[in-house]
Amino acid sequence: MEKIIAGKSIAVNEEGYLTRFDQWDENIGETLAGEANIQLSPRHWEVLTYLQNEFKKEVPLSIRKVGKSGVVDIKEFYQLFPVAPLKTATKIAGIPKPASCI
Amino acid sequence: MKQLVILGAGTAGTMMANHLSHHLKKPDWQISIIDEKDEHHYQPGYLFLPFDIYSPGDIVKTIEEFIPKNAELIKGKIDRILPKENKIRMDEGTEFNYDILIIATGAKIAPGETEGMEGVEWRKSIFDFYTFEGALALRDKLKDWKGGKLVVHITEMPIKCPVAPLEFSFLADSFFKHKHMRDQVEITYVTPLSGAFTKPKATEALEHLLKEKNIHIEGDFAIEKIDNEKKEIVDYGGRSIPFDILVTVPTNKGDELIERSGMGDELNYVPAHKATMQSKEYANVFVLGDASNIPASKAGSVAHFEAEILTDNIMRFIGGKPLKDEFDGHANCFIETGNGKALLIDFNYTHEPVEGSFPFPGIGPLRLLKESRMNHMGKLAFRWIYWNVLLKGTHIPFVSATMSEAGKQYN
Ligand SMILES: Cc1cc2nc3c(=O)[nH]c(=O)nc-3n(C[C@H](O)[C@H](O)[C@H](O)COP(=O)(O)OP(=O)(O)OC[C@H]3O[C@@H](n4cnc5c(N)ncnc54)[C@H](O)[C@@H]3O)c2cc1C
Repeated sequence: MEKIIAGKSIAVNEEGYLTRFDQWDENIGETLAGEANIQLSPRHWEVLTYLQNEFKKEVPLSIRKVGKSGVVDIKEFYQLFPVAPLKTATKIAGIPKPASCI
Repeated sequence: MKQLVILGAGTAGTMMANHLSHHLKKPDWQISIIDEKDEHHYQPGYLFLPFDIYSPGDIVKTIEEFIPKNAELIKGKIDRILPKENKIRMDEGTEFNYDILIIATGAKIAPGETEGMEGVEWRKSIFDFYTFEGALALRDKLKDWKGGKLVVHITEMPIKCPVAPLEFSFLADSFFKHKHMRDQVEITYVTPLSGAFTKPKATEALEHLLKEKNIHIEGDFAIEKIDNEKKEIVDYGGRSIPFDILVTVPTNKGDELIERSGMGDELNYVPAHKATMQSKEYANVFVLGDASNIPASKAGSVAHFEAEILTDNIMRFIGGKPLKDEFDGHANCFIETGNGKALLIDFNYTHEPVEGSFPFPGIGPLRLLKESRMNHMGKLAFRWIYWNVLLKGTHIPFVSATMSEAGKQYN
């Protein structure tokens, strides 16, 4: 499905995650952060960039992995993205929701 | 003589030894299988121990009785794999060479990963049921417990048999009802996931059941620590949940031998190709069952489906043919829902569990995603099937390794 984000029509899934990362830009990131009541600081951007790079390398993401990345520890990750940080941060970053495998 | 070595004689390793013993024979091939234990436990039975539905004798047999005669069982602790030298080193120093290696060392709980889990309350009011000792300690505790707050908790994913904690909650509901004390017990189900399960359709069905059984659910809970004094679990966001009994599923990890071998990811699982089970790093190494990092459920049924495909692939590998990339993540599991009923779910990498009938399209007799007594009989029969069919590597009639889409309601 399509959703208008920051004035553009963007492809998203039922949960609002972008399905085409190539459509993402920083304005879209800002808007999605706003929807989650988060004001993005430079520190947020460092974490978002890290997540996007991992996604490009096709590394599956988990809270544990983020915590051990050296970029941010889990405590701070929660301060930056207070509710369900990995789900919120990946949505803002325009990458898929991490599949916590079953 | 060429050497095929299997590490671990649990569910997956034992099945593989049985499968391969029909294909690889002396004097061309020697099959060896290594394990440090004497006993083979039917782990799905741990779920029933705390409620006295199964007793220890129902779920423990020797490893030896399931190993085929033409395979050599070696007892001992494996120190590490030396993959560049095609060698295994044992704890006491002996070394074995291999031409082909199958890693099937499983996964186990690592309570030390969470601050306070192994504190003063461990096995006093903090329990696990993923180990034999844990399940028995919990049984003894539940026997004369007077009631209070029961918190059932998953530390982090992935875990073995991801539905087991839900089943535990359902069985607890039923257990306390039978003891006429359900109104004295408040049951809360705490999960790092957003809902009861990872796949939407099954989540809907399971959350409905939780509600019906008056089990409260707390989602998106990433535990930071357990406060032993206040008896609370605390998450990184500062949320805390008090308990009188905490039944937790600690972090699950692969064996430390994987770490010592430098072959694992951050949870000691070995990276493998999800459709062939071949190691991503070493062509003559294959990974089966819980030890692997593939995104399939860590379940005995999955290991069973994998083993059928892996047997083919080992023979292809030996014959110099390309591997079949066929494994689709097929999992099939019964979910005990209490009061003599169960659900059945069937899913794979791409298809979530749906409603329908199994294994015969349109007929059943088992119903997918619906509670029924027949499904419960299926779950109990699974123990018999495990000992008598699964471990021996016999194909289960009508159930294929890859998933069938017939008779299921996709929309
Ligand atoms: C509570 C619970 C309920 C479950 N319910 C179900 C269910 O309903 N349905 C289902 O399909 N599955 C269920 N499972 C999961 C199922 O039991 C596992 O997926 C299955 O046993 C995995 O098999 P495996 O061979 O990979 O590992 P395991 O069976 O655990 O075997 C690993 C073996 O490796 C050996 N080993 C490891 N490291 C070393 C070493 N360094 N040296 C020597 N030996 C070593 C161990 O001793 C062990 O024997 C459940 C599991 C639990 C805990």
